[in-house]
Amino acid sequence: MLSLYGKNISSRLLLGTAQYPSPAILAEAVHNSATEIITLSLRRETAGGKQGSRFQELIKTLDVHVLPNTAGCFSVKEAIITARLARDLFKTNWIKLEVIGNQDTLQPHVFALVEAAKILTDEGCEVFPYTTDDLIVAEKLIDSGCKVLMPWCAPIGSAKGARDTDGLRSMRAHFPDIPLIVDAGIGRPSHAAAVMELGYDAVLLNTAVAKAGNPARMAEAFAQAINAGRLGFEAGMLEPRDVAIPSTPVIGRAVFS
Amino acid sequence: MNKILVKGMGVGGLTAAYELFTRGADITIATPDNGFSSSASWYAGGMLAPYCESENTEQVIEDLGIEAMKWWDQALPGLVTHHGTLVVAPARDNAELDRFSSRTKGHKKISVKELADLEPSLAGRFQQGLFYATEAHLDPRHALKAVKNRLKHEGICFIAPDKDELQYDIIIDATGRARLPFDGELRGVRGEMLLMRTSDINLSRPVRLLHPRIPLYIVPREDNLFMIGATMIESESYGPITARSMMELLNAAYTLHPAFAEAEIVEIGVGIRPAYVDNLPRVKRIDNTISINGFYRHGYLLAPAMAIQAADMALE
Repeated sequence: MLSLYGKNISSRLLLGTAQYPSPAILAEAVHNSATEIITLSLRRETAGGKQGSRFQELIKTLDVHVLPNTAGCFSVKEAIITARLARDLFKTNWIKLEVIGNQDTLQPHVFALVEAAKILTDEGCEVFPYTTDDLIVAEKLIDSGCKVLMPWCAPIGSAKGARDTDGLRSMRAHFPDIPLIVDAGIGRPSHAAAVMELGYDAVLLNTAVAKAGNPARMAEAFAQAINAGRLGFEAGMLEPRDVAIPSTPVIGRAVFS
Repeated sequence: MNKILVKGMGVGGLTAAYELFTRGADITIATPDNGFSSSASWYAGGMLAPYCESENTEQVIEDLGIEAMKWWDQALPGLVTHHGTLVVAPARDNAELDRFSSRTKGHKKISVKELADLEPSLAGRFQQGLFYATEAHLDPRHALKAVKNRLKHEGICFIAPDKDELQYDIIIDATGRARLPFDGELRGVRGEMLLMRTSDINLSRPVRLLHPRIPLYIVPREDNLFMIGATMIESESYGPITARSMMELLNAAYTLHPAFAEAEIVEIGVGIRPAYVDNLPRVKRIDNTISINGFYRHGYLLAPAMAIQAADMALE
């Protein structure tokens, strides 16, 4: 079973909560897919206010783990302020740390990310950093106290699926004991299955589900694909070959032609 | 005959009052202290766009919205502009256009030339677009004022709030976000908008600019005014516009046409859209009070249907 900062999680699908047609449909997506962790942006949804909103109250009633995030933060300071606010509002030490380097591509600012991760872990936060598949950045995040990493597999919302499979494979190989959750870039269930087959521990999605024609069904489709990918990885898959190999022995069989 | 008090002067209250008036009911309207400006509908876009809105909503919105266009045409002849809706996307977001197209009915793909014929100001700026020919729009402020004036002209009384409500047999409560503290099922979705003025650009119809994260629209109004809207933020906070929202709205305008950079910003509006968990409005009856609320972003599109429901309930 997947364990994240000491909490056992049976679903390997994490869902974002933005852009759904309505909170009711979001709730349906969470239930249908048996998702146990949802993430929520604080910066954007508080409109400068420090008090919670009714939407946040609705989120709490879903009875799943809330992983607040710092989406939309561009500096260490902003991210830290938002993380502290999240901790108070949701009474959790979990924080999905995003420090964005580019407003347009939403690429992680990895230097600020490492700095913010260090400050927050020192304050007792359990940090889930949104990062790239760069191995040295990953090492620095682990040195800063992160016990989970969330690499992208393609830019946020791009729906492209894994852009650099070798990079992801090598990250998995370098950090065999750290839970790795693919965050961002997944478009369809087969993309999710593909990264799970590489041995990733879980997948976080938002747009691919929220913007689907039927978000609740899509969430279910992803849950199944993620399971299939995980089972495939655990069962041990064949390596591809260049030539056909018959599945039954040929030698000794009667040959009629 | 039952005496009916309608509370609220937003689109929910006024459409209900108008519907009851046309059926010959005895109505009085309680107006809020700040008049029109306290309602979210004062800051609305006024798009009657049942097809575009069905991109991420339930079918019922499309069905009720198509009926709503007829209702508005009948109530306010000449105030509804039937020029359709244009949907465009910056070149790099063309995938959004395909997605939007596949999720909606009532449109056709148009070429760069057809686009230039429809909106000469946008000639050459977008390589393709979607045209929803049967959609319409109205100026919300004109519409609200016109309904109010019509009712006044017909002798309907407008009174200050909190005057003795006991003398009425039925109360229709359409006070929108004022119900937030009393209705636990309601939440607020904050919206921010701008009114800009420029004579460098002419548009005949609302233009929606698709973006994966920040879809916005621009609605032309008279006197070279353009309404740029509207943000969607899950918050009841009623404070001034944030810098980020302002930047997003201005970016949308600028992306549509760089001449917006020279436009005057004549108004900044903030409203709280009351919404229920499924983002659909509800007409609820408790004792002698009928409440109409939860229009979310579909005030003008769904108010006629809710007005009809509320009037049926009040007169049954």
